[in-house]
Order: sequence, then structure tokens, then C-alpha cells
Amino acid sequence: MLEARDIACLKGSRWLLRGVALRVEPGEVLWIEGRNGSGKTTLLRMLCGLTPPDEGVIQWVGQPIVDAGEAYRRELLYLGHANALKDDLTLEENLRSAMQIAGRTARSDEFDEVLAQCGLIDRRELPVRVLSQGQRRRVALSRLWFPDAPKLWILDEPFAALDVESVQRLSDRLGRHLDGGGMAVLTTHQEVALPAGRTQRLRLDA
Amino acid sequence: MRDALRAVFLRDILQAWRRRADWLTTFFFFIIVVSLFPLGVGPEPAILRVIAPGILWVAALLASMLALPRMFASDYTDGTLEQLTLAPQPLSLLVLSKIVAHWLLTGLPLVLMGPLLGLQFGMAPDMLPVLFYSLLLGTPCLSLIGAIGAGLTLGVRGSGVVALLVLPLYIPVLIFGSGAVEAVGVGTAPGGHLSLLGAVLMISLVVSPLASAAAVRVALE
Repeated sequence: MLEARDIACLKGSRWLLRGVALRVEPGEVLWIEGRNGSGKTTLLRMLCGLTPPDEGVIQWVGQPIVDAGEAYRRELLYLGHANALKDDLTLEENLRSAMQIAGRTARSDEFDEVLAQCGLIDRRELPVRVLSQGQRRRVALSRLWFPDAPKLWILDEPFAALDVESVQRLSDRLGRHLDGGGMAVLTTHQEVALPAGRTQRLRLDA
Repeated sequence: MRDALRAVFLRDILQAWRRRADWLTTFFFFIIVVSLFPLGVGPEPAILRVIAPGILWVAALLASMLALPRMFASDYTDGTLEQLTLAPQPLSLLVLSKIVAHWLLTGLPLVLMGPLLGLQFGMAPDMLPVLFYSLLLGTPCLSLIGAIGAGLTLGVRGSGVVALLVLPLYIPVLIFGSGAVEAVGVGTAPGGHLSLLGAVLMISLVVSPLASAAAVRVALE
């Protein structure tokens, strides 16, 4: 369970975020809303531990994430604005190294299966350079389809640049993740059908 | 753990292989700088032999500095550094993998090429192995120390900043490195200089991954 209390972030002399509290239980998704510049990405980065909050605490199963350290990072999958893909490497090389760095060495048949599920199998040998923006996003997101994916997903605008079919596929995957007791925190500007009853919303500019 | 370190290392090597031109620049820069000196100073063999260790070492230092901004820059812009920071493995070890890859690509070619260029300057045969060993011990120091500078200057515009930052730390490496070769030239043992160089290597091997990782974390905040 992820919990944050009284989170604040000071940008220069202005409070970007103040008194933000949230709580995500297994099987729940938290949808963070707000206009551009309302601090959505900053909040996500704080939840990951990339940016320390200026005030407040963020806890993972009752322990501050700073102390949980490796145990927390093992349960976490963060996808930011940037796709973390190398233009000169092929789709498969990119995905393979991303998985290994995240501490999960996937088998070849798992790669085949995941790439097939994400509709990327015929492009696996292509360098990422030649892929479109939406396809790159799909490559980055395909990490979510591997078996024993981390428990907590923190996704920054996962639906941006995706086509209708991919949006549907991702929300289905999200639904199954929640069914399996997973958690997710995400931001999006699109109206996406997220599993009813298990979706919390947090408006930052309210 | 080992898988992750290897993945970081292999990815950097593979990427460099696909973009060979980027890395060859460093190598050719080294050769060109060294080759220009006889043209500038004049073809007097006695003078060239005396200044050769210094020239080779200064050129190696500049070449290695030239490659520094590339150490983390692309990883910073494409989001890879975020993923490395959030990986379960300690960031300092992942950064060390990157430094090792960086040294293999930029430092090792200089180590191998150095004695050959020394020969061109008419260096005595007993100086060449010492030049090789001093570069072998010294260039990893340059990569390790440089990584701290590269991490600290992430997101800073103007690549000259990193040079100013690491230059003072490079100077001991330069002094001991060229000193070892010069010692042989005047007939004394190079052991002292090489030991000091080894000590610098050991210290930077311990300090640099931790300091670079901390610098990267600050840059990402």
C-alpha cells in the first residue's frame, strides 16, 4: 500500500503542491488530474523517490520510501514522459536491457509473447529510430505485459500518443493488474475507461 | 545484479559500436594533437624526445576530457538515467558499469596508441613500456574523475564547464603519468610515480562511483 501525507513541493518561492494526501490500496488505481503545470509529474516523481518532497512523508507498506530503498524499487515500475529507449538499438535490445536493469531477466519466449500481444512482433529487429512516437510509447509500455510485473505502476501520461486500439489494450491490462492485487498511479488528459469502483481521482488544481 | 550491470555495460558498448564516428573523434583527436607538435615545435629530434612524454600525456588528457560530456548526456535526455536510478541495484554500481564502458571506448585506444606515437617521437625503447603502463593506470583515473564532473554538469548548458571542474583533479594524474616516463628518460626508476598513479586509481575507483551517483541523483531532482 502506498500512502502519502501532507506532501508539499516548493518551486522557487511558490508552492507547486501543498497538503497533498493520497492512499492507494492493492487493487486500486489513482488517477491524478490537473491542468498543465499543476504538478502532476512532480508528484509522480516524488512518489517514485526521484524528487524528495519539501514537506510530508511517502510510505510504502508503512515504511518511508527512503528507508524501504531497494525493497520499494523492486516493487515499482515507473514510466515517465521520456521512453528511455536508445535510438540506435533495436526494439528487442532496448526492451531486453530495460528488463535486466529493472532486475528481471525475461526468457526469449516471454519476449515473443509480449511483443505479439503488443502488436510489435514484426518490428522487433528494427532500430527504435525508425519507429513513430506512438510505437515508441508502446515499446516502453510493453514492459507492463511481462509476467510477474512489479506491484506498483507509476505511469506518466501512459495513454498519450497511443491509438484507440492500444488505449483499449492498455486499460484492459491495467484492469487485469488491479484484479491481481496490483496498484497504479497515473496521469492522463484523456477520458479513459478505468475499472469502475476501484478508481480514485485526485485533482491537483482544485 | 550481475545481469543489470552487464546490461548497462553491453548497451553502452553496442550503442557506441552503432555510432562509431562519435567515439573515433576522441581517438583521432589524440593522434592529431600529438602529430601537430613536431610541425609546430620543429623537427629537432633532441627536443621532441624530451617533450614527448608531456605531449602524449596532455593530448591523452584533453582527448579524454573531450569525451566526457557524452558519458551521461544522452541517458539524461532520453530518460534512461531515471530508470537506472529506480533500478533495484545501487546506482553507484550501475554508474561504475557505464564508466568502465566509457573507458574501454575512449581510454583503452589511447593506451594502445600511446607507445606507437611515442616511437614516432623517437622515445627510447625502455620508455615505451613505462608510457604504456602510465597510460594504463592513468586513463581510468581520467574516466573515473571525469564521471563526477559529467554528473555534476548534467543539465548545465555549455560543455566547457565540465572541463573547468575536472581539470584541477586531472593535474595530479598528468604529473605522475608524464613524470613516470620522464623519470626513465633521466635514468631513474619510474616505480614511485607509477605507485602514486595506482594510488590515485584506487582512490578514484572507490570515491567516483559514489560521488557520480550522488551527482546524477541531484541532477534528476
